[in-house]
Amino acid sequence: MPQIALDQQLLDACAAVMLLLSFAMLSQRRIVSLVNLYAVQGGALATATLLVAWRTGEGHLYLSAALTIALKVIFLPWLLHRLIRRLEVYWDTEPLLNVSGTMLAGLLIVVFAFGLAQPITQLASTATRSAIGIAVSVVLLAFLMMITRRKAMSQVVGFLSMENGLFFAAMSATYGMPMVVELGVALDVLVAMLVLGVFFFQIREQFDSLDLHHLESLKERD
Amino acid sequence: MTTIFSSPLTGCAGLLAAWGLIGLAGLLRPASVRFAGRTLFPLGAMAGLALAAIAGSSLLAGGTEQLVLPFGLPDLPFHLRLDPLSSFFLLLLGASSAGVSVFAGGYFRQGEGTAPGLLCLQYHLFLASMGWVLLADDAYGFMVAWEVMALSSYFLVTTQHRIPEIRRAGFIYLLMAHLGAIAILLCFGVLQGGSWQFTFDAMRAAHLAPAWAAAAFLLALAGFGLKAGLVPLHVWLPEAHPAAPSPVSALMSGVMLKTAVYGLLRVTLDLLGRPVWWWGLVPLILGLFTAFYGVVFAAVQTDMKRLLAYSSIENMGIVFTGLGLSVIFLGAGMQAVAALALLATLYHCLNHSFMKSLLFLGTGSVLHATGERNLGRLGGLIHSMPWVAWLTLIGALAIAGLPPLNGFVSEWLLLQSFLFADRVPHEFVNLLIPMGMALVALCAALAGYVMVKFFGVIFLGQPREPSLAHAHDCGRLERLGLAWLALGCVLLGLLPFQVVAALGAVTRQLVGAAVPQAASHWWLLAPVPGRAVSYGPIIFLAATAGVVALTALVVRLAYHQRVRRTPAWDCGFGSLTPRMQDTAEGFGQPIRNIFQSFFQIERELPAPSDRTPRYRIAIADRFWRTVYEPLGSSVQRLASAVAFLQQGRVSVYLLYSFVTLIVLLALALFA
Repeated sequence: MPQIALDQQLLDACAAVMLLLSFAMLSQRRIVSLVNLYAVQGGALATATLLVAWRTGEGHLYLSAALTIALKVIFLPWLLHRLIRRLEVYWDTEPLLNVSGTMLAGLLIVVFAFGLAQPITQLASTATRSAIGIAVSVVLLAFLMMITRRKAMSQVVGFLSMENGLFFAAMSATYGMPMVVELGVALDVLVAMLVLGVFFFQIREQFDSLDLHHLESLKERD
Repeated sequence: MTTIFSSPLTGCAGLLAAWGLIGLAGLLRPASVRFAGRTLFPLGAMAGLALAAIAGSSLLAGGTEQLVLPFGLPDLPFHLRLDPLSSFFLLLLGASSAGVSVFAGGYFRQGEGTAPGLLCLQYHLFLASMGWVLLADDAYGFMVAWEVMALSSYFLVTTQHRIPEIRRAGFIYLLMAHLGAIAILLCFGVLQGGSWQFTFDAMRAAHLAPAWAAAAFLLALAGFGLKAGLVPLHVWLPEAHPAAPSPVSALMSGVMLKTAVYGLLRVTLDLLGRPVWWWGLVPLILGLFTAFYGVVFAAVQTDMKRLLAYSSIENMGIVFTGLGLSVIFLGAGMQAVAALALLATLYHCLNHSFMKSLLFLGTGSVLHATGERNLGRLGGLIHSMPWVAWLTLIGALAIAGLPPLNGFVSEWLLLQSFLFADRVPHEFVNLLIPMGMALVALCAALAGYVMVKFFGVIFLGQPREPSLAHAHDCGRLERLGLAWLALGCVLLGLLPFQVVAALGAVTRQLVGAAVPQAASHWWLLAPVPGRAVSYGPIIFLAATAGVVALTALVVRLAYHQRVRRTPAWDCGFGSLTPRMQDTAEGFGQPIRNIFQSFFQIERELPAPSDRTPRYRIAIADRFWRTVYEPLGSSVQRLASAVAFLQQGRVSVYLLYSFVTLIVLLALALFA
């Protein structure tokens, strides 16, 4: 059995943790826990970035790891917790698809994502190429979570988690995007979060609830 | 300044920019009628005159000039080009808009919908975009200018946006304008011929398969025909023209419709190169039908601006008839005759821009003085508004096609070119030609009838309403504008030789031949060498004036001493009132009866026992019910079928994106 380097093992572990956390988020109905899971996922992402940076010596990856920690582990979860307290939404209602059904769909998606990543994995020359499949799975699982939830808050967490997956995919395929793009995306996420925060208050003011099925009354005709 | 005006093209582009700046200046004091009316509109008129002067000299010089502006799309900057064709239409734009702008300076008042400063911006943007359409030398620039033209005129049409009917008219106009723009866009898509180069130079160089060339021509005909009001695409025109303020109606009818003719000429005779003869049949037949349809509807209108709008449809029909003839001749290899038909087309465009602007402005003055558009409530205005009446009379005579004014010249030239059509080597055309000629003659006669009704009911006889006694003549700026346009009508009629000589450059560019002129007779128009046809308007004028003067003299000498004034015979009925005059409905009644099958008539007749008898008649366009209403409802049905997608649930929308993403990824994976 060939010896796998320690850092490679650690990297694979981080990737596995991210995938696991995606599944955990898919099944978690407490919104507070959802945010905590998101913070942990950000931590796993930052660790993976640090490992890759140490291994390849790419200077800008240290910077993006720092950015990840500051934004996705500390600032956004803090913001989300504050929002949860102020809006008093601790629980999501019953998801549209029950948990076991969602998990099954998630499994299928992971298989699909690995199939999809196969040709990219063969083409990529990076040390992290084995993680591409996981990264795509994280994106698609986050998307699935957004589809199955009713509360606006859980959808936002899904959106943020999707961005984690995208970031991870970029890093594993090409050692990260150019610094300018990374900064731009980070800023986008931040701004989107702030705007959505405003939206939450507006939605609640209008419907006395953050449940999105109230928005159905906005459509043009029956 | 010297560098800008050193070449005609930069001069023209600079003047268009000046129009834009004049418009923007209107925003400095948006609520001031004095600033916009007394300062900006006359400035715009001067820019128009300068444009006409530059374009005219460039037309006489006959050169071609190109320019690439340093902005536009990254790999397609705006291209401009000034050649004889665009010079001619710029001349038309500058000269007739000068009169309209001066008039508009005195016309717009406070409190009529849009604020004067904003109106000034929209108006000058409209002018500048029309100029840009004429100068554009790439499809992108052309489409941008075309859309700016449509949008700015839409806002001008809906100046009185508080009135629901006007908003509706504006909506129909905007909708139709966009349909036309789509057709033109598709036409350019075909014209680039797979090179994906969108400059007009590349389109000239592209070689199209015959079927594609025909498709491009038909698309252009649909797109530009819609703008020109070709039946059955004319429905927006009788709605939008009456809704707009009169100077805007004048510009739309006088100039904007001509940009459509310009576009079709540019595509057919310039970009497509050599047309096939049968292409010409389509505009010929549609044009003849349009002319006839327009004039018959004009004859039964009771709203004076609608009447003029239908008359515009008729005139555009005549223009398209000439264009179709020209294409047929060119396709059959008869360049000299094609030049004659094209000459008639261009000449009629120029004439119509002057006379129709004049008439629309005249109705504007009447509308301001009386507040009435309904012919049934007007009458006798020649006494209180002599300036408007006499200047409008010139326009009415011109559009009726009476010599020695300009309308006659172009219709005469068109009939002359019809006489050559028997030499086209296609039997079918030979059968069609006599009918076409007869139709043109009938339209000319009916146009005379329409103008008798228009002028007679508004200005002659007795005022039908007591309030008309307070009508006042128009102001100084308005008079100046009307007089300028009337002068144009007279000069274009009296000096056809010079106009024809100037138009030689355009026909040489488009069909490779010019109508020959014997230089020794500057006062005589003899377009067909070897045939004894000629027309000398000055001789005609002199003879007419002589006969009139002689008759007046004889009458004065012979009868003047024995004039007796008595009341008119009243059939023993009692006193006659102004309401007993012939009305617009009454005057149009014979035409309505003869051509009954064309109209959809809704009549409300009073019963004999009615205490307050009321007679009402509404005449609708058949195309609304037969074409547009079924079309509209099917679009509505389709739209509600698509609305099924709108479920209102965020999850469903997310699912749409998710499924799309998965499908695309799967395609990437397995394909």
